[in-house]
Amino acid sequence: MSLYRDEGVVLRTQKLGEADRIVTILTKRTGKVRAVAKGVRRTTSRFGARLEPFTHVDLQLHVGRSLDVVTQAETLRPYGEALIADYPRYTSGSAMLETADRLTVGEKEPALRQFLLLIGGLRTLVEGNHEARLVLDAYFLRSLAVAGYAPALESCARCSAQSVRAFAIVAGGVVCGACRPAGAAVPAAETLALMVALLRGDWPSADASESRHRTECSGLVAAYLQWHIEHGIRSLRHVERV
Amino acid sequence: MYEGVVQNLIDELGLLPGVGPKSAQRIAFHLLSADPTDVKRLAHALLEVKEKVRFCRVCGNVAAEDDCRICRDARRDLHVICVVEESKDVVAIERTREFRGRYHVLGGAISPIDGIGPDDLRIRELMTRLADGQVTELILATDPNLEGEATATYLARLVKPMGVKVTRLASGLPVGGDLEYADEVTLGRAFEGRRLLDV
Repeated sequence: MSLYRDEGVVLRTQKLGEADRIVTILTKRTGKVRAVAKGVRRTTSRFGARLEPFTHVDLQLHVGRSLDVVTQAETLRPYGEALIADYPRYTSGSAMLETADRLTVGEKEPALRQFLLLIGGLRTLVEGNHEARLVLDAYFLRSLAVAGYAPALESCARCSAQSVRAFAIVAGGVVCGACRPAGAAVPAAETLALMVALLRGDWPSADASESRHRTECSGLVAAYLQWHIEHGIRSLRHVERV
Repeated sequence: MYEGVVQNLIDELGLLPGVGPKSAQRIAFHLLSADPTDVKRLAHALLEVKEKVRFCRVCGNVAAEDDCRICRDARRDLHVICVVEESKDVVAIERTREFRGRYHVLGGAISPIDGIGPDDLRIRELMTRLADGQVTELILATDPNLEGEATATYLARLVKPMGVKVTRLASGLPVGGDLEYADEVTLGRAFEGRRLLDV
């Protein structure tokens, strides 16, 4: 199979040589693919804006020795076009793309659920019906759940007791008084309820939450995410939380 | 592996962008067989560029003195500043001979995924230049890609409250291309920015 076709979301691009780029794409069937887009940086490139980050594209790729080569690309939905007009949403979207890149470690290992989750996250972000930081935290929690790192939020992560008191990243979620390790955070009950709502997709409850609980939730989710993927998310530093 | 000094040269040349191990070897052997005067001239040019070239204290463009040639030129319009990402973009715009104002080189574009935020660019210096109220128009000429557009959005949001007119370079179809190959975003922008034909 020298040629194959797939659809995917462009996660990031890196300059290569005079006018080429290496494009990292999370595809529906193949998983994460790194491919060369030849001549894409020229103003007369036939790819144009189709291979910009955030773009959902239909692709034809040629299997190369180390990197595949993009031979054709058609836009399915240019999410980036709507995001660049709104800086806080753009920075949140960037954090989503970086997380998707980090959570799909191996190349060409199918990751359909991560792909569908990313598409859903970007669509929700673009629609603008919910605050950007809520969409971002919901995406973080669900992508962690898909990767097998869902935090325990309703019963103790260690002993399954129902009366929980603290949130311990090391333990994998909320913990009871007896299991509580040193340094565990003690978030408000409303913050934990918000995390549950975001994980389940209960938007009416999430939208009704107070700003201070959203801030606390974002801090916990970001710390939990970065601890589990064993890597900092560089975009997070630049996310504008309004 | 070659003798010490030859291998050193190959290793050093291999660090240059776009130069792989084979190219580095080819350049090294070209230098070995070249006239010593030519090689000395190249070595001198390399040293001189590092010693003499600095960044203009006003606009951030590469300059041989404290201020670059454009910032020193009294004939340039003081009321218009064109914001670009790199010094290379200044050269590209200068080639058009369309712009008579001054420049501001940001030193890149906002790219959260690469860890580059507004504080890593020369945005504070731009704000200082705009603070004296002399500038009436700011032209945003960052690259027409995602990072460039996001940088332009960020700057527009920051500068508009200062009462300065903020414009963005037009986007659309490249001259010499075929319409059928234009992507949806570019074609959409070309429609948005269509102009009246005054014939």
